[in-house]
Amino acid sequence: MSKLIFERSVPGSSAFSLPEGDVPSVELQDSLQGFLRESDPPLPEVSEVEVVRHFTELSTKAFGVDSGMYPLGSCTMKYNPKINEWAARLPGIAGLHPDQPEETVQGALELMYELEQMLCEITGMNRYTLQPASGAHGEMTGASLIKAYHEQRQDFRRKKMVVPDSSHGTNPATAHMLGFELVEVRSNERGLVDVDDLCSLMSDEIAGLMLTNPNTLGLFEEEILEISKVVHEAGGLLYYDGANLNAVMGVARPGDMGFDIVHLNLHKTFGTPHGGGGPGAGPVGVKEFLVDLLPIPLVGKKDGQYCLDYDVPHSIGKVQSFYGNFGVMAKAYAYIKALGGKGIREACRHAVLNANYLRHNLSDFYEITYDRLCKHEFVASAVRQKKECGVTALDVAKRLIDYGYHPPTIYFPLIVDEGLMIEPTETETKERLDGFIEAMQEIAKEAKENPELVKEAPTNAPIRRVDEVTAARRPILKWK
Amino acid sequence: MATEIKEGLYYSDEHEWVRVDEDNANIGITDYAQHQLGDIVFVELPDLDSEFDAEESIGVIESVKAVSDMHTPVSGTVTAVNEGLDDVPESLNSNPYEEHIVVIKMSDRSELDKLMNAKEYADFCEKEE
Amino acid sequence: MAYTPNPPQVVREMLGSMGLRDINELFIDIPEELHLNRELDLGESLSELELRKKMNELARKNVSIDDCPCFLGAGAYDHYIPAVVEHVLSRSEFVTAYTPYQAELSQGVLQSIFEYQSMICSLTGMEVCNASMLDGGSSLAEACSLAVDATRRKKILAAGTINPRYLKVLHTYAHGKGIEVATIPDHDGLFDADEMIKMIDKDTAAAVIQFPNFYGFLEPEIEKIEAAVHKVKGLLIIAVDPISLGILKSPADWGADIAVGEGQSLGNPLSFGGPYLGFFAANKKLMRRVPGRLVGETKDLDGKRAFVLTLQAREQHIRREKASSNICSNEALCALAAAVYLSIVGPKGLRSIAVRCHELACYARSRLQDAGFSLYQVPFFKEFPVRLSDPLAANSALLKEGIIGGYELGDALLFAFTEKRTKKEIDKMVDVLKGVQA
Repeated sequence: MSKLIFERSVPGSSAFSLPEGDVPSVELQDSLQGFLRESDPPLPEVSEVEVVRHFTELSTKAFGVDSGMYPLGSCTMKYNPKINEWAARLPGIAGLHPDQPEETVQGALELMYELEQMLCEITGMNRYTLQPASGAHGEMTGASLIKAYHEQRQDFRRKKMVVPDSSHGTNPATAHMLGFELVEVRSNERGLVDVDDLCSLMSDEIAGLMLTNPNTLGLFEEEILEISKVVHEAGGLLYYDGANLNAVMGVARPGDMGFDIVHLNLHKTFGTPHGGGGPGAGPVGVKEFLVDLLPIPLVGKKDGQYCLDYDVPHSIGKVQSFYGNFGVMAKAYAYIKALGGKGIREACRHAVLNANYLRHNLSDFYEITYDRLCKHEFVASAVRQKKECGVTALDVAKRLIDYGYHPPTIYFPLIVDEGLMIEPTETETKERLDGFIEAMQEIAKEAKENPELVKEAPTNAPIRRVDEVTAARRPILKWK
Repeated sequence: MATEIKEGLYYSDEHEWVRVDEDNANIGITDYAQHQLGDIVFVELPDLDSEFDAEESIGVIESVKAVSDMHTPVSGTVTAVNEGLDDVPESLNSNPYEEHIVVIKMSDRSELDKLMNAKEYADFCEKEE
Repeated sequence: MAYTPNPPQVVREMLGSMGLRDINELFIDIPEELHLNRELDLGESLSELELRKKMNELARKNVSIDDCPCFLGAGAYDHYIPAVVEHVLSRSEFVTAYTPYQAELSQGVLQSIFEYQSMICSLTGMEVCNASMLDGGSSLAEACSLAVDATRRKKILAAGTINPRYLKVLHTYAHGKGIEVATIPDHDGLFDADEMIKMIDKDTAAAVIQFPNFYGFLEPEIEKIEAAVHKVKGLLIIAVDPISLGILKSPADWGADIAVGEGQSLGNPLSFGGPYLGFFAANKKLMRRVPGRLVGETKDLDGKRAFVLTLQAREQHIRREKASSNICSNEALCALAAAVYLSIVGPKGLRSIAVRCHELACYARSRLQDAGFSLYQVPFFKEFPVRLSDPLAANSALLKEGIIGGYELGDALLFAFTEKRTKKEIDKMVDVLKGVQA
């Protein structure tokens, strides 16, 4: 096990120095009397070489897309192009203070302006705010817009938000944050929104429906136009959770499907890295009739100059201190530019091809929930393995680690037992996919012949399975 | 799943049990409930002297991968909480019927009539399976 | 450029193995009328060479702080970033990893977050810190939301000297959740503590203070607020500048229940406003209510020390509509930058940086005072406002001299002084201001 950086601390070690000061020193006891801390904060004292070795060692115990295939359903772990990382670090991109005079940041504003236009084109929406810093943040912004829309129309009865039972956990959590009462719409036997059930839920209390399309089972909501009609006729708005946009971009557009509000995950669909949990970016697009509600500022253009536009009459305010995760936007911008219109569609097609190829080849060994044409992902299940050999989805996932793969998303969506949600993305070669199929086949075999081996897994990782129960019962959340 | 059900207690359909001691209702969760939850890691207890209506949520029980509201089957005022659960929440797993979670001074004893006895609860659990 | 690796004949082979001939057959589940049937109007695909040119062109249309001394602060600061930070952040195992849900494959990410949590606890004196929030403003809003949940009260009292952008974010969050926010007026750069104390009552979920405040000033009455709000069992939330904690009292020293702030200063570039790092720390009593991800220490089956995401029952993916926050993606990589930064500078380095910032600010202040500028007589850390007859004109004049001036406050400019500033730069800045004011 790696030592903690605190355990590498040697008092007196140092990796930092400032230039000689050329202004008079100050007696802190005078200038900051009553405000000074009694002792230095207990931070580690480590030399530069040891800091570098420490974090390099930690990096060898991490697994990224660059380490291997990462078929994590709903997370779109595609390859992150390196030129984009370079671009985001340019001094003219990374070295900009958000309050610099507009004339000194024309390139940054142009990038944002153009990115907004490209996102509008890809999704069929009219305007975007780039401010939300993550998908969930985008959802919160979108749900705020729904609330503001109804309030602006003096329609205060609309307190209910409809969410499918297969939804991402963020959807209900977001609706709750905005004070909406949650209503779940059932999935039908085909894994799609049950339109009859949806109809029965409609009333003048419905604020909107939050939907992912394709849904979390990787299935396209074929009745989306009917769904849109039902919700709109009841006076509600239709919200698109863009987590799965990779499955349709360039082929179909949420705006054309009838969605009024869309959030995107630039870190999923547009190739920016996930960073071990963030940062991401969650721009929110709307149809014309909602533009006046967007967060301030928007990016505008006046007399050939780009500008920050604070003139948004009924704005919901701000969701982030500045303008959003600009560094992430720069990477997504570069990604879309590199692909162009044709490349965006190709990426989508290949993502769907890869998912169907895996589904087709795994169906002999694992039950595939809703085994038919899928989009960018599908849900396999270990119910057969569990019933026959006591091997669970978790065991299969852990065994995949021994084979050198990052496991899929497991136990999600909640409506599937022993679910393994698999999303290969477009950036995997056939060879990699075949390797994954082989590993999954091998594990299915092991489950029958030597289930203990699977249940013990992983044995080939830096650590074995961890005691999550004690971690949660008696939490140790910091050093010492 | 074989679950233990004790005679002489009242049971709710949310899998809480009630042991009546004069006007006081000792409330805990059943063996069935603790099996369903798995390893319990945390119990959020209500404040003393807070008042609740029957079926209202009075706290939360967390396991590693699940969370469940804890309801009171009867109305009344919280007169005691089992503080031992702060440090050893797993005792709800090992001794579900020995470890109460709260004591509520009942404001309406007739609410007990709506609860199940051991036999009825056993049937109820069978149906839930 | 395309990042789809399978050439056409391989695609045909894959399709063929499924009994398909055309890739479009994979989209027959999408209703005909929804098919776009045209290419998206996004321009031609660019080669890497063209893309490099394009990005360079855009970048060159901006004036970078690498080329101009920058006196802007107001919530985002031009602190020095040691080379090691950028180096570690280029390790692609960190960069291209997802959230560390699979502990066995993610010990490196988990341990780095655990170290980050520990360091923020060291700085703030708090007992629990999460794996990061989206930025300073949203972290403050989430703290208020937690206070409302924990106290089951609806009223937040916010000092008027809090960063106005944070207040704006707070209002957006609060409106959604039905939280009442009262902003306490400020005079001469400090909020009216007596007024806040008057308003504190049994409906108060929390009192919120920024220290140093938005104007860089040190609020003198925190102790009184702490006593008053705790007396009614409300919470004290303090937003802090982490660099200031090299020398200034910590939120825990003031008795805060929650400490939040913007961690951009800790090794993260300015990047025109993001990605930044919201940090969020709390006392132990609030541990199970803290939003977002938390990493805990535990053991693996062999008894080896291991790290794991813990207390997940709080989070949206389990608690769904009962979760107190919907946060999912955070700013993990920015938190890693902060952990590396703090490892490099250490306690003495952080102290020296904080002292240098303060000394430079003191020097600037004395020069401005000597030059007859109107200044507030209030203790400050690294930032303070200078009243000017025409702040806009002053900034324009500074820009002409290649200096990025202060943050416009109406009748003043707010100047920030990081350790990167020099005597020479300050002298020049003061001279330009003198020229404009004259």
